[in-house]
Amino acid sequence: MKKNLRLISRIDVKNNFVIKGIQLEGLRKVGDPLLTAKKYYEEGIDEILFIDAVASLYERNNLFKIIENASKHIFVPLTIGGGIRTLDDIEHSLDSGADKIAINTQAIKNPDFITEASRVYGSQAIIGSIEAKKRGNSWEAYIDSGREETGIDAINWAKKLEFLGAGELLITSIDRDGTKKGYDIELIQLISNSVSIPVISSGGAGCPEDIISLSSETDTSGVAVGSILHYDDYSIRQIKAKMINNNFNVRK
Amino acid sequence: MKKVCVLDYGIGNLKSLYNAFKILDTTPVLTSDHKKIKDSDFLILPGVGAFANAMEKLKKIHLDEAIYHFIDQGKPFMGICLGMQMLFEYSEEFGVTDGLGLIKGNVIKIPSKNKKIRLPNIGWNKIIKSNTELSNNSILRNIRSEDYVYFIHSYCCKPQTNENVIANTVYEGVKLCASVQKNNIVGLQFHPEKSGKVGFEILKNFIKN
Repeated sequence: MKKNLRLISRIDVKNNFVIKGIQLEGLRKVGDPLLTAKKYYEEGIDEILFIDAVASLYERNNLFKIIENASKHIFVPLTIGGGIRTLDDIEHSLDSGADKIAINTQAIKNPDFITEASRVYGSQAIIGSIEAKKRGNSWEAYIDSGREETGIDAINWAKKLEFLGAGELLITSIDRDGTKKGYDIELIQLISNSVSIPVISSGGAGCPEDIISLSSETDTSGVAVGSILHYDDYSIRQIKAKMINNNFNVRK
Repeated sequence: MKKVCVLDYGIGNLKSLYNAFKILDTTPVLTSDHKKIKDSDFLILPGVGAFANAMEKLKKIHLDEAIYHFIDQGKPFMGICLGMQMLFEYSEEFGVTDGLGLIKGNVIKIPSKNKKIRLPNIGWNKIIKSNTELSNNSILRNIRSEDYVYFIHSYCCKPQTNENVIANTVYEGVKLCASVQKNNIVGLQFHPEKSGKVGFEILKNFIKN
C-alpha cells in the first residue's frame, strides 16, 4: 500500500517579504509572499504555510492581509502561524481565509489555549507547532522563532500537544532550518512514533532525495520545503516526480 | 447572475468558498438570513469541527428548517465535509447526535484495517467513481477516477445502501464514502474549494445543475 505524502511550501514572512534564514537567523528577503504563493499553487503545491517569523517577538501578526489576498487566488489549504495568542486571533485568521492555525509560543505559555481553541474551532484547525533544537541526546522546544529556550523536552511536548487537542503537528528542526543538509530524521522518527495525529516535517530539505530519506525512514505525513523552492534549486514538478517514483501516493 | 448562498453559522473558513463562487461568475452570499436563503438559487452547507456543536448551532437559528424548505423547492443543495455528514440520520461522534436525516445511514469514526491509523485523515486522496448511471450524470461527471481532492476528517459517512454513493476514496487501505447524491441533494466529504482545479470543475458542475 502506497503511503500518502503531501508536499507543503513553507513561506516565512517578515514585514511583507518572504524571508529565509539559516537556523531561523540571518533573515534574507527572497520575494513577495502573494506572488510566491501563487506561483507555487500554479505549479501544483499541495498546501501552503505562511509563518510570520517575528510576530511573537513584537506581539503582532501581519499575516491576516496576506492570507486574505492569498485566499482569492489560491485554492489549496492555507495555514497561518506566528504570533497567534487569542481566540480572536484564530477567528480573524479563519475569517481571512486560513484553514489551519499553527501555534507554538502561546501553547507553551498557556497549554489550555490549545484545548480551548480546538474545542471552539475543531482540532482539524489547530496545528501544534514545535521548534526543536538538539541538546546532547535530546531535543528542546524553543519559542519566539527559535530565540528562547523553554527547558521542555520536544518529544514529550509533542505527546502533550496531541493530548491537549491539536489535530496535527508541525515539527521544525532549528538546527537544520535553511541549511539544506537534510531533515532531522531522528527527531521526526521519535515524534511520529509517539503520536497518532499527522506530522508535518520542516527544516533542512536541500534536494528531493532528502524528502525520500525522511519519508522512507519515518511516518511523516507532510514535508515542508522552503529554500529549495525559493532559490529555484528544484521545481515542484521535479520534487513530486521523485516522490511518485519512490512509490509515495502524491497528488499529481 | 445566479445567487449562491453559503450558510454562515459561525463555523470555519468560508472565505475560500465565497472566493471560488466569485471566480465562477455567481453572486455568493455568506448568510444565515432566512429570506436571503429562500431567494438564492443554490444552497451550500459547509462545516468543520464537531458534529454535535454544528447541529446545535444550525438548529438554534432554525437553519435546519430553512434547508428542508429549500430542498423541497427542488433547488440544488450541497453539503461539504461535516455538511455532508449532517445530511445523514445520526452521528456517533462523542455520543449519538441526530443529523438532518435526508440520506439513510450514519456517521462513524474512520475504521482501521489492522494497524493503528493516523487521524484526522488530512491530505489528498483519489476519487474512485461508482460506475453507475447516477455517478456518470452527477456533479462528478467529467472528473476522472484518478483525480485527487483534499480531505480533512476523522469521521466518515456510512450510507445504508450504495444507491446514493457517487464516489468513494481509500485512506490507509480503508474504503470511505467520498460523495453522495440524491435528487437535488449532493454531499462531498472532501473540500472542493481546497482541491485546486479539480475542485473548481466540481463546483462548476454544481452551478450548472
